[in-house]
Amino acid sequence: MTDSKYFTTTKKGEIFELKAELNSDKKEKKKEAVKKVIASMTVGKDVSALFPDVVNCMQTDNLELKKLVYLYLMNYAKSQPDMAIMAVNTFVKDCEDPNPLIRALAVRTMGCIRVDKITEYLCEPLRKCLKDEDPYVRKTAAVCVAKLHDINAQLVEDQGFLDTLKDLISDSNPMVVANAVAALSEIAESHPNSNLLDLNPQSINKLLTALNECTEWGQIFILDCLANYTPRDDRESQSICERVTPRLSHANSAVVLSAVKVLMKFMEMLPKDLDYYGTLLKKLAPPLVTLLSAEPELQYVALRNINLIVQKRPEILKHEMKVFFVKYNDPIYVKLEKLDIMIRLASQANIAQVLAELKEYATEVDVDFVRKAVRAIGRCAIKVEQSAERCVSTLLDLIQTKVNYVVQEAIVVIKDIFRKYPNKYESVIATLCENLDSLDEPEARAAMIWIVGEYAERIDNADELLESFLEGFHDESTQVQLQLLTAIVKLFLKKPTETQELVQQVLSLATQDSDNPDLRDRGYIYWRLLSTDPVAAKEVVLAEKPLISEETDLIEPTLLEELICHIGTLASVYHKPPSAFVEGSRGVQHKRIPIRSGSGESSESQDTGGAPGATEAPAAVIPSQGDLLGDLLNLDLTPPTSTAGAPPGPPMPMGGMDLLGGGLDSLLGGDIGGSPSMGSGFGAPAAVMPSSLNAPVGGGLGDLFDLGGGVGMPMGTFVPPKTLWLPAMKGKGLEIMGTFARRAGVIQMEMTLTNKAMSVMTDFAIQFNRNSFGLAPAGPLQVPTPLSPNQTIDVSLPLNNGGPVMKMEPLNNLQVAVKNNIDVFYFSCQYPISMLFVEDGKMDRQVFLATWKDIPNENEAQFQINDCHLNSDAASNKLQGSNVFTIAKRTVEGQDMLYQSMKLTNGICVLTELRVQTGSPTYTVSLKCRAAEVSQCVFQCYEAALKN
Amino acid sequence: MIHSLFLVNSSGDIFLEKHWKSVVSRSVCDYFFEAQERATEPENVPPVIPTPHHYLISVLRHRIYFVAVIQSEVPPLFVIEFLHRVVDTFQDYFGVCTEAAIKDNVVVVYELLEEMLDNGFPLATESNILKELIKPPTILRTMVNTITGSTNVGEQLPTGQLSVVPWRRTGVKYTNNEAYFDVVEEIDVIIDKSGSTITAEIQGVIDACVKLTGMPDLTLSFMNPRLLDDVSFHPCVRFKRWEAERILSFIPPDGNFRLLSYHVSSQNGYPVGYRSLVAIPVYVKHNITFREGSSQGRFDLTLGPKQTMGKGVEAVLVSSQLPRGVLNANLSASQGTYTFDPVTKMLTWDVGKINPQKLPSLKGSMSLQAGASKPDENPSINIQFKIQQMAISGLKVNRLDMYGEKYKPFKGIKYMTKAGKFQVRT
Repeated sequence: MTDSKYFTTTKKGEIFELKAELNSDKKEKKKEAVKKVIASMTVGKDVSALFPDVVNCMQTDNLELKKLVYLYLMNYAKSQPDMAIMAVNTFVKDCEDPNPLIRALAVRTMGCIRVDKITEYLCEPLRKCLKDEDPYVRKTAAVCVAKLHDINAQLVEDQGFLDTLKDLISDSNPMVVANAVAALSEIAESHPNSNLLDLNPQSINKLLTALNECTEWGQIFILDCLANYTPRDDRESQSICERVTPRLSHANSAVVLSAVKVLMKFMEMLPKDLDYYGTLLKKLAPPLVTLLSAEPELQYVALRNINLIVQKRPEILKHEMKVFFVKYNDPIYVKLEKLDIMIRLASQANIAQVLAELKEYATEVDVDFVRKAVRAIGRCAIKVEQSAERCVSTLLDLIQTKVNYVVQEAIVVIKDIFRKYPNKYESVIATLCENLDSLDEPEARAAMIWIVGEYAERIDNADELLESFLEGFHDESTQVQLQLLTAIVKLFLKKPTETQELVQQVLSLATQDSDNPDLRDRGYIYWRLLSTDPVAAKEVVLAEKPLISEETDLIEPTLLEELICHIGTLASVYHKPPSAFVEGSRGVQHKRIPIRSGSGESSESQDTGGAPGATEAPAAVIPSQGDLLGDLLNLDLTPPTSTAGAPPGPPMPMGGMDLLGGGLDSLLGGDIGGSPSMGSGFGAPAAVMPSSLNAPVGGGLGDLFDLGGGVGMPMGTFVPPKTLWLPAMKGKGLEIMGTFARRAGVIQMEMTLTNKAMSVMTDFAIQFNRNSFGLAPAGPLQVPTPLSPNQTIDVSLPLNNGGPVMKMEPLNNLQVAVKNNIDVFYFSCQYPISMLFVEDGKMDRQVFLATWKDIPNENEAQFQINDCHLNSDAASNKLQGSNVFTIAKRTVEGQDMLYQSMKLTNGICVLTELRVQTGSPTYTVSLKCRAAEVSQCVFQCYEAALKN
Repeated sequence: MIHSLFLVNSSGDIFLEKHWKSVVSRSVCDYFFEAQERATEPENVPPVIPTPHHYLISVLRHRIYFVAVIQSEVPPLFVIEFLHRVVDTFQDYFGVCTEAAIKDNVVVVYELLEEMLDNGFPLATESNILKELIKPPTILRTMVNTITGSTNVGEQLPTGQLSVVPWRRTGVKYTNNEAYFDVVEEIDVIIDKSGSTITAEIQGVIDACVKLTGMPDLTLSFMNPRLLDDVSFHPCVRFKRWEAERILSFIPPDGNFRLLSYHVSSQNGYPVGYRSLVAIPVYVKHNITFREGSSQGRFDLTLGPKQTMGKGVEAVLVSSQLPRGVLNANLSASQGTYTFDPVTKMLTWDVGKINPQKLPSLKGSMSLQAGASKPDENPSINIQFKIQQMAISGLKVNRLDMYGEKYKPFKGIKYMTKAGKFQVRT
């Protein structure tokens, strides 16, 4: 007899029967009955009515029976909490059992019973088990902390289990270490601000040692944890890489991929000229290739990740093109991914091979795959210029097959090729026109219409062709309608004499008979353009279009950076930052949304944010290249306006923060200082000068003005001296020195530009990368040009904080791009955080007290400032100049305690206690802030302001 | 971590569910069924499926979908690897991994799943540890259990779990001490129309069956370790020694295990002029044509050995998916038998052994639907074969030595080459 007999009992009286058997005196019968109960449970039958009877079987010496009862308990305790209490005693007793297997089993099962009443009783046994002499029990207990945290987080914190768990990272047994890391990682995920996994070189060393000795799963946890660490310098980074590299030869693919993640991330820190760097690059290729010989599901995940790796470091796999060739019995999801990577790897060297393959694929059976293969040919043409001609002729061959979907797909990509290489392959238009009738998909029709409109002057019967489309105008999709409208207007501008009637017809169709506002609006615009100023119309409609480039289907660089840090995770499979979709980081999402869009919690807006520039208006002639790189390179000169609360443009993914531990969420969090308007205030212009600002300017402040190195202005904050930002060597002759100042409530970036080149410089412009506080230029960079050789000018650029936000490391880092007629230059600088202290940062005493108490103690930081010879009043005055307001002063035993507050532009409040011992040059600053990561920056400001 | 597991059979029924945290309603599988419906073939169901609150990660093995439910960010490979491990364990325990076998042993399955994961964290996945915890069912044991009332759950703390060599249990004893190693290579090839090789790579493994008393310490060295450039080891292999001396040194697990797997490709990593590492052991001459306007097509296929170092090519099986338009095939085989399934259009030819003196061939005509146009696609030919006593990469074991124990073990090394995905385009 086998267990399948348990499945056959579906009779009505089954429960009663089982009940009788469970209460039987015979051990054997009891066990059989429990087995039957479990079997029913596994197939989803409700056997919860038997709860008391099963629990009665729990006190037994029979280990199997005990385990079975435990299984049952885990499943049904939730629905019978009062009954479950009955089991507690047995658990507590079992936790003391001499057999470690039983101890571990008891603590493990107790953690799985998700009943509040039981968890209270769990604490004591768990505490003992965490310190058990047997590592098997300790490692089980470590996981139990994570379980308990899931049920009752507060309890875990109150009982101090988190600290015990942290201690287990230094345990002597590698498995205990691995499980402690796993448990902490899971807890940290629901706790984005906690510094649970604060790693230091000692703990890293512990982890690396445990890495060699623990199980494969433990290795994954440890490697994923290592990936969150930021090494101090390149030496440390190299030594970690060296110790992680052997993991690349592990049989478990998840270990391999986690190791790849650590290496890809830490490699960034290594100097490129290091021999080791090259060795490491070489070592990465074989394991990635090996992943492709695994089961298809593994291959799929591997391929999604390789797709990222190839974009970040194409050199790793550039010789491995062949392993991505498609086998005809690969599952479709593997085929499509392989195709994508083939295109990313395509280069002049291998293009012939790739094209031959793609042509082969285009004759396969699977329609989706064939379409993608045809598209891939087009992308090759755009990517590798030398191959364009070959691609076009391949596409023509494919069109000759007359297979309907192949033809349509080919026409769509040929349109893209025209957009990349205008006036080169127009000879094929005739062939395309032959297939006009067979096109039934909107995208193909729209593409064909675009081609006809664009090259109307070379197609004799363009008007007839377009007219034929016009007949069924209202049945077409919007995409085709818009395209048809534009194409006919183009045609009219090129051949005005014959096509007047046609254009009138389409304009009236679009404006009068259509319900679609887009279509109507476009129709009206053309109409007015044509009727008022045909010359202007020509300039607008027939304007030269920017070429499309391969970049359009690359992942935007900052997102790519982030995704590289998430190799092997779901984020890497979906190519979206984890914040965009994972429910586990609930806290993160809730905090962010009010700031981004003002209201609502739709995660949809996050999704679109994940792919900026991906939404292209269907018929827009100009492709959207709106990724960050494009912006930085083209230096879009219109400065972002700061009138709206939200930053301009589509909401950017703010993923960067998650990889850095989610700390920025608290920076942006609107729940600070009890001020509900903070969230929306974040994007508001910083230039509001509060009228209540009547702080006296003390004598100390006067000194400060002389020191700043800049022009003294009333109410300015402390201004550090200018430092060299861009040396002339790197700036092709342009030297930039600069500093930041806060003048009259406006943040100013003050720069001295020197032209050390031999030629004049013109056309200056500036742009910032996303940064921690959303700093952005409030206006264009006004440089009196031309800047002749050896000329030096001072410019001052007002900034606002309405730009896109991304957490930087260090926090006050700002990456700047400056353009002139010669080139674009990039540099990064750090601004004193005092620039961001707003003038109305003075807190009410009561609020201060309440807030101070409210902020948890782990957010408190303490610093010492040495060699400072001011008395407390002078210090207070000096700091006031930087918008650090003293709220109260207390003198205790010769020590002056100053209680001070300041507020950042994004609403974060920082509270400090400054202790000044009369006669001692050492000050002590205690600092509390909800966003603990600003502490370091604030401290620097204190030191700078007090010492100048 | 892993929240729940559902087992789904090919007709779309959930026949087992297991939850490691709170219970997730089985309605979550509806998203999986949707995807399953969309997929044209069972194997085309995407492995990662998002749902509003969960992610479903699935693998298909033995025509059963193992669907894991996760809720937070978990490395998908971790989940997939784990699922494969579950399948391997079932197979190890029950001989086969089928719906019937799982239902027959449902309690053991449940006990196993409970031991393998705790709160979604892997607990014990090594088969020898599991076997200490839960004894695999055997007919004898079932009988003994019924009579004596004993159980198949071990009473002991699994000893291996905490030692420095977690993969080996202590106190192993055999009367015959033996260690066998199988070098098995699978060759994956794509050959184009003209007969030239597009890709060729070898996936090799060394599987071991070691039954040695005590704590033996083995070393295995190769004649040509240079071939092993891209390797994945069993955790027992000392990586440092391999890096330094190219010698495999290890304390083996008890019983069957995979010592290493490796990958040899035709090009990477070797200097120009280095002999191509992947020899192609068979060649195919083919002529499959359809003429426009005719309802007949020609089919002509000949196989021959090539670069086999004198070893015979056996168990040859040719299969080809003919175009949809083909109604029937009327062929004659010089040896072996062929079948053509008019529904799936799958042509299979069981060739057997290739005799180099008299090459096997399959010739004849295919009939097409009358009036139908010539098929667009060209059929690919898939070939399976085996070659005994040869590793196609040329890998050869030099020595196998044992330290740490006094007895003399029996040692044996076997080589075999098999076709993996061996495809010829026409």
